[in-house]
Amino acid sequence: MSVLILAEHDGHHLKQATYRAVTAAQHWQLPVHVLVTGHNITAIAQQAAAIQGVTQVMQADAVALAHPLAEDVADVIVRLSGQYQVIVAAHTAFGKNVLPRVAALRDVAMLSDVVEIKGSKTYVRPIYAGSIYATVESTDTLQVLTVRASSFALAVNGGAASPIVMVDTAAGTSRVRWISEVHNVSERPALASARVVVSGGRSLGSAEKFQAVLAPLAEKLGAALGATRAAVDAGFAPNDIQVGQTGTVVAPELYIAVGISGAVQHTAGMKDSKVIVAINHDADAPIFQVSDYYLVADLFEAVPALTKAI
Amino acid sequence: MKILVAVKRVVDYNVKVRLKPDGSDVDIAGAKMGINPFDENAIEEALRLKERGHATEIVAVTLGTAACQDVLRHALAMGVDRAILVETDVLLQPLGIAKLLKVVVAREQPDLIILGKQAIDDDAGQTGQMLAALLGVGQGTFISAVAVVAPGILPLATLVHPCTAHEGEIHVTREVDGGTETLALRLPAVVTADLRLNEPRYVKLPNLMMAKKKPIQTYHAAEFGIDAPIDFGARLKQLNVANPPARKPGIKLDSVQDLVDKLRGEAKVIR
Repeated sequence: MSVLILAEHDGHHLKQATYRAVTAAQHWQLPVHVLVTGHNITAIAQQAAAIQGVTQVMQADAVALAHPLAEDVADVIVRLSGQYQVIVAAHTAFGKNVLPRVAALRDVAMLSDVVEIKGSKTYVRPIYAGSIYATVESTDTLQVLTVRASSFALAVNGGAASPIVMVDTAAGTSRVRWISEVHNVSERPALASARVVVSGGRSLGSAEKFQAVLAPLAEKLGAALGATRAAVDAGFAPNDIQVGQTGTVVAPELYIAVGISGAVQHTAGMKDSKVIVAINHDADAPIFQVSDYYLVADLFEAVPALTKAI
Repeated sequence: MKILVAVKRVVDYNVKVRLKPDGSDVDIAGAKMGINPFDENAIEEALRLKERGHATEIVAVTLGTAACQDVLRHALAMGVDRAILVETDVLLQPLGIAKLLKVVVAREQPDLIILGKQAIDDDAGQTGQMLAALLGVGQGTFISAVAVVAPGILPLATLVHPCTAHEGEIHVTREVDGGTETLALRLPAVVTADLRLNEPRYVKLPNLMMAKKKPIQTYHAAEFGIDAPIDFGARLKQLNVANPPARKPGIKLDSVQDLVDKLRGEAKVIR
């Protein structure tokens, strides 16, 4: 028996989350296979084959998978699933969309957003917006789980390339048609994998000020921009940069929280960052309790000053 | 089009959930309960589809003990037409819920099933996808827009990329990492609501009073499996719960310069 990882890529590169899932998969001390789905993805399969700790790559390459739909990807996994003890994906929009379908089709429970693997069937996962960690044991033979990428180290490239095996795919589903996708184009690093994240809350006051105050600092630090749900709901920032339990969970080297009060919903998505800095005018802001360093200050003065000083 | 909306009763999002002293579980005795916020988005979208003339009937369903009637009352007060409680004392997890919902779908024959994208108690985010799999239908998860269109007519501007629809389809825009994706789903289909889908209406007190008088259809989960027993029991065993690892208290700094010095000298995260 082996472990199967559902890889994620942008058409050119494997996503960092997949490298972290490879680390998580080492726990079982079984052969680790990586499934790459898409169309014309040989170069991506080769990237997967080069990762240390990966013993085989399964390449599901078909026109129907060019824009992978959950229905079709789940179908590929279910066909392969008989040879696996564990099926893992990163807890991203892609993994969350596909794996519950796989679990249901195999009549097994699924574990979402696992932050620690304690035994071959025992896991720690956050509940109640990350305010509580539950240790949970699965009773199924086949384990299906998504892992929180930021909780696991990046696997590295190394050694000889592992073999790549082509996987048979069926015709695509007739129930869903892919129409289009829109990527929010940004010069900045991707939020989920950025080394530094600068995030803003509702105190920024408007979309214009959100950009005017935070973008220069992010620019200088080579940081990704993040936002609280309140800031997103207020229309200051797009939804895909939302940091929190219902948005993206990040754990950068440096997280700078600007005008963020520190609701559990938000802190659940950033409190594993290595160093957390908070700037808020409210001396009692809960964000200070999860910060390493904090300034009680007017953000409209402090942030430009900080941008200038670094 | 007939719509089924599945809702869940959860601890109110404002409640700080505590642990039982023995760490075996969370202590929610006496905690304020309410409808899962994402499920309110699901109901709201169903109501809007009906108001726009696309839906003829909306049925809300929940599963659990008799106490779960209150979230169905909330759904009725928002404006759904009927409510169903699948009553059981068994601890329910997403797979079991999906199996029971499949039976409800077989009885009700909805064209569209809407759920919240996740519940704010277990944060699993699995039930919609599992139900779609068990029904063998398509899924649109984490959606921020829905459009129902007559064949050949351009859908609403809410969709990022309007396009011509085929018969018996809806179009949904999904929130994905780094952007959005638009899909056409053949009905019946399952969709799960993101918070951005809409802003749920407030429930007016007179509506709540009226909802109290409306009947709730009750099934017993055990009856669902008379012909073919359904294994809807819990597969995951909770061993214990704990507070997440705490961070050490932060250091209050007096100036921006102090902060820069700390980040350079102590934390070494900037150059």
